[in-house]
Amino acid sequence: MTSAPDAPEQGFRLSQLIYDTRYRSLTIQVVVFILVMGGAAWLVDNVIQNLNDLGKDFNFSFLGQRAGYDIGNAIIPYNNDMSHGRALLVGLINTLWVSFLGCVAATIIGIFVGVLRLSKNWLVARLMTVYVEVFRNIPVLLWILVAIALLTDVAPSPNAYKVNQQTGEAQASMILDSVAFTNRYTAIPAVHFDRSLGSLDTALAPISLDFLALVIVLIASIWVNKRLMTHAAKVQEATGKRPTTWWKSILIILGPVLILAIALGINPEEPQIKGFNFTGGTNVSNSFVALWLGLSLYTAAFIAEIVRAGILAISKGQTEAAFALGLRANRTMSLVILPQALRVIIPPLISQYLNLTKNSSLAIAVGYLELRGTLGGITLNQTGRELEAITLMMLIYLAISLTISGVMNVYNNRVKLKER
Amino acid sequence: MSDTEAHSVAYVRDSMLPQQPAPAGQSGAVQWLRENLFSGWLNTLLTLVGVAVIYTLVMHFLPWFLHGVWDANSIKECRTIITDRYGEGATGACWAVIRERWHQFIFGFYPPELYWRPILAFLLLFVAVGPLLFTWVPRALAWFTPVYPFLAVWLLWGGTGWAPVMVFAGFLLGGAILMLLASRIGSIAAFSVGAFVTILYFLFVVGPLIGGLQAILPWGIEPVESAKFGGFLLAITLGVGGIMMSLPLGIILALGRQSDMPLVKAFSVIFIEFIRGVPLITLLFVASLLLNYFLPPGTNFDIILRVMILVTFFAAAYIAEVIRGGLAALPRGQYEAADALGLDYWKAQRLIILPQALKISIPGIVSTFIGMFKDTTLVVFVGLFDPLKGIPDFIRADFNWKGIYWEPFIFVGAIFFILNFAMSRYSMSLERRLQRDNH
Repeated sequence: MTSAPDAPEQGFRLSQLIYDTRYRSLTIQVVVFILVMGGAAWLVDNVIQNLNDLGKDFNFSFLGQRAGYDIGNAIIPYNNDMSHGRALLVGLINTLWVSFLGCVAATIIGIFVGVLRLSKNWLVARLMTVYVEVFRNIPVLLWILVAIALLTDVAPSPNAYKVNQQTGEAQASMILDSVAFTNRYTAIPAVHFDRSLGSLDTALAPISLDFLALVIVLIASIWVNKRLMTHAAKVQEATGKRPTTWWKSILIILGPVLILAIALGINPEEPQIKGFNFTGGTNVSNSFVALWLGLSLYTAAFIAEIVRAGILAISKGQTEAAFALGLRANRTMSLVILPQALRVIIPPLISQYLNLTKNSSLAIAVGYLELRGTLGGITLNQTGRELEAITLMMLIYLAISLTISGVMNVYNNRVKLKER
Repeated sequence: MSDTEAHSVAYVRDSMLPQQPAPAGQSGAVQWLRENLFSGWLNTLLTLVGVAVIYTLVMHFLPWFLHGVWDANSIKECRTIITDRYGEGATGACWAVIRERWHQFIFGFYPPELYWRPILAFLLLFVAVGPLLFTWVPRALAWFTPVYPFLAVWLLWGGTGWAPVMVFAGFLLGGAILMLLASRIGSIAAFSVGAFVTILYFLFVVGPLIGGLQAILPWGIEPVESAKFGGFLLAITLGVGGIMMSLPLGIILALGRQSDMPLVKAFSVIFIEFIRGVPLITLLFVASLLLNYFLPPGTNFDIILRVMILVTFFAAAYIAEVIRGGLAALPRGQYEAADALGLDYWKAQRLIILPQALKISIPGIVSTFIGMFKDTTLVVFVGLFDPLKGIPDFIRADFNWKGIYWEPFIFVGAIFFILNFAMSRYSMSLERRLQRDNH
């Protein structure tokens, strides 16, 4: 293309950098760049000078040193002779574990509350409104503190579950004979395999082969079921009739897993009070239960609102149109309503998951050692490496957040309205 | 319908019957109950479950509330009184702790003879935000709004009166330069000059100036150090300060993120994503442990100010995302119309884009504010006395109140609930007031 002589060539004047819209944005960007880089250089220079003055350096070798502290809730094997790096890992896994369980519980409670809030039943709808407003408007820290106070102050001691020989009764009774809240821990049943396959020792943690086998079989069954569904869809497209699949699906998904579980001799191992403590089953520390409970109940109030908004966002006409086409209620739900509602619900839902994960750093209030408690707490205090520990901790949290929001973006792009 | 029937009508009624009230089962309370509580077996079941839940809760907690004691000096005394009044084994609330320590819940360790200062600052807050929030407040009061932050800081922390005046003068100076030069050398150059002069003023002039003026003409009120702040005074100071500073910063970040300039956009995105990706606690740790590393050796400034800066960054990143949503929701035509009118970037933003974008973003902004106000309780983890954990822990450390949990929780939770609930209701009413759609 030949150049159009749109402006008389007068040579370049310096003032054009500001007044000429062709150059102005460049000028602004250069100035912003200089300012930001200058600011960053100033900060880094200060850090170097301050570290020099303190006689410190910036390195992460402290991660290899002996940690020397115990972690009550280690999921992977850990003892105090292991390194700070291992403690970090334990903390990270604890963060992810409590966040995961919190997200699951919050989603379940949230969906219940959100749906019930739309119920035609006046009383139930009001009760759910009260729940949502109360939990949303009060800091999450209070709910965590209330949970721990409930567990340590109101829950009976393990002793109270003991059956008194004379009266034949215990002061406290277990929920469904399998869960016992005590002021020291919560006893829950564990899964026990009579014919266990043993476990596989890896560098990170021993992996139970029983669970591994169950998971593999389950994934395989789901894959087969997906094939079945594709086949059914193909038959439907060819003949107009959809073969009945529901009992086949149930059989394919549940059958192999159940057979394997029975073959392995699965049975629940229920906690029993022996002496002063519960044995058998698993004892979950109160700090974990309190954190989990507080986070779940708080986040559930937000999820309830998201679910409610998502359902309300789908106009009634969609249901009516689906009925007019002759779709039955369950197909209407799965083919018309849910795909549209989920598009509205999922993005804010995932940002609630993110919030819950970040809020798990409040574990400091109940003494559950997660990432902030190990790396940002005891390790930091013992080694005195504030700069390294906090930088590392922030980067890890950042990585978790970016991963979750990356997954969200992928999902969003997949369910996005395809407009032409 | 076939037409044979039409002729077979033998009788047409020609007088109206008087209206009758609906049958007893179809009107009033009975109908309401039938429709709302017992319309089917599922509904009835839900109602019964709901009633059972309410009954259990009331039976469990009502006696405890009713047996409350307001007049005692220790938790032991409370318990004795409850046992005396309601018999062995009765439990009750010991509100006496609130009665005895309410001033710590509200003011922390602020000197009692100076309580009038935070109270005055709190009342003036409504005068300052009144013209912005309510239409019935006279517009003429709006001059007070920009003055208020300086006045409030001075009332809360005290010290020489010259400091707020001279700092305020610095902003006036920058504004005056901008006004004077804008018509001559254009708004961007004028803004640069104004900002440059103001920064020089703050860096080199303001300190000696305040010192000199104070030496010549001593004028001030009793200073109160930050360590004395606590309770709701601290939470509200942090909350309001953070809100006031984060809104403009959030708007700038949102505009930066929507900007056409790749570099500006990149910096905004990095800042927003970084802040949103980490928990507030880690940022508070930065404020308490790391900020000294980033500042020139020997700098040491107030912990509340440090925390407030980080809280502001935190809230601003969230607000930026909310406003970005508002900006993205505006139809393209609005931007084009602004261009067609020949408005420059800032005029277009100020007159056309931002008012509409901010209006759309109100619910999100208010819920960010509510979240931020709730998050001010986390400052307990950097050693400040927040009303939720810091102050109650301090009170429980006293032997008299050892083991008192529920009363402080209920008291503090109720105040948080009232403030946040009021904020969310206000945002709803504002949304309705600003509704301009006709559908």
